[in-house]
Amino acid sequence: MKCEDLLRMLNDYVDGDLDPGLCEEFEKHFAGCNPCRVVVDTVRKTIAIYKGGKACEIPLDFKRRLHEALREKWKQVHPPREGGEAPRA
Amino acid sequence: MDDEKALVARARGGDYAAFEELVSRHEGRLYGIAYNIVRRREDAEDAVQTAFLNALEHLGEFREEASFATWITHIAANAALKILRKRRGLPVAAPPTGADEDEEGDIPHPDFIADWRDEPARLAESREFQEILDGAIEDLPEKHRLVFVLRDLADKSVEETAGALGISRANVKVRLLRARLALRERLTRVFGDESRRLVRAHRHEGDERGTTPAAQILRSYRDDEGQARHEM
Repeated sequence: MKCEDLLRMLNDYVDGDLDPGLCEEFEKHFAGCNPCRVVVDTVRKTIAIYKGGKACEIPLDFKRRLHEALREKWKQVHPPREGGEAPRA
Repeated sequence: MDDEKALVARARGGDYAAFEELVSRHEGRLYGIAYNIVRRREDAEDAVQTAFLNALEHLGEFREEASFATWITHIAANAALKILRKRRGLPVAAPPTGADEDEEGDIPHPDFIADWRDEPARLAESREFQEILDGAIEDLPEKHRLVFVLRDLADKSVEETAGALGISRANVKVRLLRARLALRERLTRVFGDESRRLVRAHRHEGDERGTTPAAQILRSYRDDEGQARHEM
């Protein structure tokens, strides 16, 4: 396997979608090719860093508006029952 | 998450506090995903609000084959895409899959190859960290950015991403590869350990005889630069 082949199949490899036979080819390639090993490792880290990124705090004024709008909608979807208990919103 | 299932069950039973807890758990992450699709604060807010209003209305239809997180993430990503299309004056629905042109050109070869100075979790403690991630994603061409966000942040499948963007599965794959490699390149320039930088031309079977393309590249590379990068 050449570096170019590895690069083309890199996504399937890091996503675990590669045929097991080809995975072995990757391992063999890495044994003799440190740059490719480092590229794959840093691609994995790149994906992980974005996936695991801390959720940003949403702007406070938006948070207030969002929760107000949801509460209003909840009241429409779950109207208080006649003579029953009030909605828990 | 089992307690999330319990929250969903309570919300479906009419418990608003449980629904609000679900919103609080996911609003920040969804805002980040929506923002990375639309790249405009008020549009991201619209997308997130629309998503939760939809979820509230259709909670009874949520079947739990997927997790609540996946369900709400897909709703938010789709809402953001709709807003983006509207802003561009495009039809709100995605064009039929495969209506796009094939991605052409070679995949750019990684250039800055080095292990990172530290583990991602440690790097994340630095103050500029979020700015670095945002800057890298912002500089991606939009067509690459959207595929990266839908596949890697919103966890959509190749099929779902193709459907949402109206592009072929092959293009989803090529664009994702370009996006990931571009982000890797950018982050490695910041987080990579320069002292352990590797060159990409290196020895493979047959290189000893100097006849393989890699050996030739390596030779020309040395002639051109003749410097002390590590050669593996």
